[in-house]
Amino acid sequence: MNPHLVQKLGFGLLALISLVVVIPILLVIGAILAQGAPAISAEFLTAMPRDGMKAGGILPAIVGTLLLTAGTGLVAIPMGVGAAIYLSEYARDTGLTRAVRLAIVNLASVPSVVYGLFGVGIFVLLLQFGTSILAGSLTLAIMTLPVIISTSEEALRAVPMEFRTVSASLGGTPWQGIRRVVLPQALPGIITGVILGLLRSAGETAPILFTVAAFYLPALPQSVMDQTMALPYHLYVISTQVPGMPLSIQFGTALTLLIYVLSMNVIATLIRGYFRRRREW
Amino acid sequence: MRRSRRTLVALRSGPEWAIEAIIRVLGVSTIGLVALIFIFLLTEGLPAFFEIPLGNLLGIRWYPTSELYGTLPLLLGSVLITVVAMIIAFPLGVCTAVFIREIAPAWAREILKPMVEVLAGIPSVVLGFFGMVVLAPVVREGLGAPTGLTTFTGALVLAYMALPTIISVAEDALDAVPKSYRDAGLAMGATEWQTIWRVVLPAARSGILMALMLGMGRAIGETMAVMMVTGNAARMPVGLDALLRPVRTMTATIAAEMGEVASGSTHYHVLFAIALILFVLVFAITLASASVMFRRRERGGLR
Amino acid sequence: MVETKIRVDHVSYWYSGNQALSDISLEVPARSVTVFFGPAGGGKTTLLRLINRLNAQLENTRMEGSILVDGEDIYAPTVSLPELRRRAGMVFALPLPLPGTIRQNVLYGPSLAGIRDRARLDGILYRSLVQAALWDEVKDRLDSPASGFSGGQQQRLCIARSLAVEPDILLLDEPTSGLDPISTAKVEQSLMELKEQYTIILVPHSVQQAARVADYAAFFLMGELVEQGSGEALFTRARDQRTEDYVTGRFG
Ligand SMILES: Nc1ncnc2c1ncn2[C@@H]1O[C@H](COP(=O)(O)OP(=O)(O)O)[C@@H](O)[C@H]1O
Ligand SMILES: [Mg+2]
Repeated sequence: MNPHLVQKLGFGLLALISLVVVIPILLVIGAILAQGAPAISAEFLTAMPRDGMKAGGILPAIVGTLLLTAGTGLVAIPMGVGAAIYLSEYARDTGLTRAVRLAIVNLASVPSVVYGLFGVGIFVLLLQFGTSILAGSLTLAIMTLPVIISTSEEALRAVPMEFRTVSASLGGTPWQGIRRVVLPQALPGIITGVILGLLRSAGETAPILFTVAAFYLPALPQSVMDQTMALPYHLYVISTQVPGMPLSIQFGTALTLLIYVLSMNVIATLIRGYFRRRREW
Repeated sequence: MRRSRRTLVALRSGPEWAIEAIIRVLGVSTIGLVALIFIFLLTEGLPAFFEIPLGNLLGIRWYPTSELYGTLPLLLGSVLITVVAMIIAFPLGVCTAVFIREIAPAWAREILKPMVEVLAGIPSVVLGFFGMVVLAPVVREGLGAPTGLTTFTGALVLAYMALPTIISVAEDALDAVPKSYRDAGLAMGATEWQTIWRVVLPAARSGILMALMLGMGRAIGETMAVMMVTGNAARMPVGLDALLRPVRTMTATIAAEMGEVASGSTHYHVLFAIALILFVLVFAITLASASVMFRRRERGGLR
Repeated sequence: MVETKIRVDHVSYWYSGNQALSDISLEVPARSVTVFFGPAGGGKTTLLRLINRLNAQLENTRMEGSILVDGEDIYAPTVSLPELRRRAGMVFALPLPLPGTIRQNVLYGPSLAGIRDRARLDGILYRSLVQAALWDEVKDRLDSPASGFSGGQQQRLCIARSLAVEPDILLLDEPTSGLDPISTAKVEQSLMELKEQYTIILVPHSVQQAARVADYAAFFLMGELVEQGSGEALFTRARDQRTEDYVTGRFG
């Protein structure tokens, strides 16, 4: 057969396959948007659940997810960015450094349910935090660390070595060079990585199953030692554990979670694009 | 304007020393964390191997309430669903990566890439929910399965969850093939299509293999979506109709039963043993692909 | 009697086992221009970087011998690297402005040293830019990004940036290699004025430049110091045949 005809057919086939990849994504988003949007109202977002969650709103789940994201960030950002700075700027290429890198790559692929188990064992039981926002945040933070570390390290390494040399040659200590030149340049990349990491943790269910999530708790948490509802777990519960749940509430919850996570995604993309255009080198 | 003589000796300032120390501690503590997770899984999981006869542990019946802890159906369930997911996702992912990198016009790329990123961002519980309420009925009606919650439904959802990983790693692999390879292919009179199949893809094969492995790692560890769409029946997934019957994975077992077990009980230890198996599986996959990744960057740090 | 600013004493240096300098001894006189010249790979950059210890950040390297600045051993364990580098400023082959404006670039060093006083900083900014023969060209654009200026202006900015920390010594590694002849002439002109105050070591980008600016010269060949002396002596009546060949362009 004519090779150019083959090429035409081949390209067409690949385009078709890409459509097969894309269309279900659109379907998922479209379906959730179409069926979830009517359910979302001011009451849905700001009221407590009623009638065994079959009516009312999902406020405690929203608040819980926001709190967990904040708690995760509070722990994971300083630790993760600190570790990234260590790896990129201080660590020499020794066996230990390689072990750390390998550890991070490995941590990134540990199944989230294993983090959940670890969280139960260490934070809930051993350290006696109980099922609490504290235990859940710490569990999610440990899960998020590898993402933050590896994206931040990449951003730091993308800053040309010469800037560090120039800073040192002007009498700067390593830390001065990092703080005044390297970090500002790497910041967009670090922020993007942090958001992507937090986004992932915000949508996770398995790590919070046994460390913090409450099935039904029609009150807002009062302290970090309280349990809380959370959007992902709530969606799981109302779609598998509660018979006779109105579909609209399920879709509304799914849409709320999707909007929360995807808007973080969009913010990260915007930040990255904005700074990429402004970069001076 | 001469300045008075300075000495070269100056004490290191206090806060700076402290900051550097903190950063070093943070860096090294990440490895401690991995060690901690592993040790913890070991101490909680290993007892299972002493408390339960091996024949029972490797048996085909998982009925913890009757002290039957056969993990084989769970292991096979995870393997089956992962393999089927990869059979679907790997060709789709690689072809899409080729399309994005080698063929697609700019506008198509501008649509495809963000879509894939969006897919990566959708929480697994949302995909599981979609699989339950939309996909499962279709599978039930369309394929005549008694219930829509089947191995196949799970594998389909898993395939799409693994796609972003496969696509982006494969894209990187294609990106790393020098342009001169393509030019050489075209210069010899081959069409772009022939060049892609005979030159570019073979040159990128180690990276594409890595895409497969990382996709597998992603799929085998997935929990919520799988738990929601596979029906969770702990029976041996054998026979031709296994695809259209419910199945239960290792991850779903942990997630479903962890809440009910008493800390320190045999059942509790078995769940940790399963987590240990998962951890080791994923660790092996990571190690295998790590060699490819480490070759990429070589540079010392600033002291 | 000329005052010796830097004394290099039997220095040898290895990059992971490959010797880059073997047994170098020389003295650099204060307030003059000394050129290190010779074919690429001779070790000139290496020696320059040893004088302000920029190589300290490299792994797998080894040094023997000692280097003294004003009689102090700069490799003594008590020496502070920032302090040493403030005393010996460095300008690199390519202009390397930091991200930021002209002002931020020049004042980077002083601000690291903790100088906050506005009037004093303005004084440093003015003096450094004038000394680097750049003031007239940038005085209206002090707060424009440094990346927007020409290569020649950027390189003089880098010189000004080094001068702003008030060093005694200026180490310049082929500072004009990327510049056009007019910019090169401007840089050389400012060097001539700077040597009244500073001890300058220059790695030239050509023999012609070496001959134009050298008060003293040292010829490096494959890690060895072949010959040193006054610039005039080396470029008109070299004692060693290899120097002679290189200076007259017969090298190869
Ligand atoms: N960072 C480095 N790592 C390893 N070898 C180096 C490094 N820098 C220079 N060298 C080697 O040291 C020798 C001297 O180099 P250099 O000092 O740059 O010479 P010159 O500046 O005279 O061209 C060369 O053989 C070069 O390859
Ligand atoms: Mg050089």
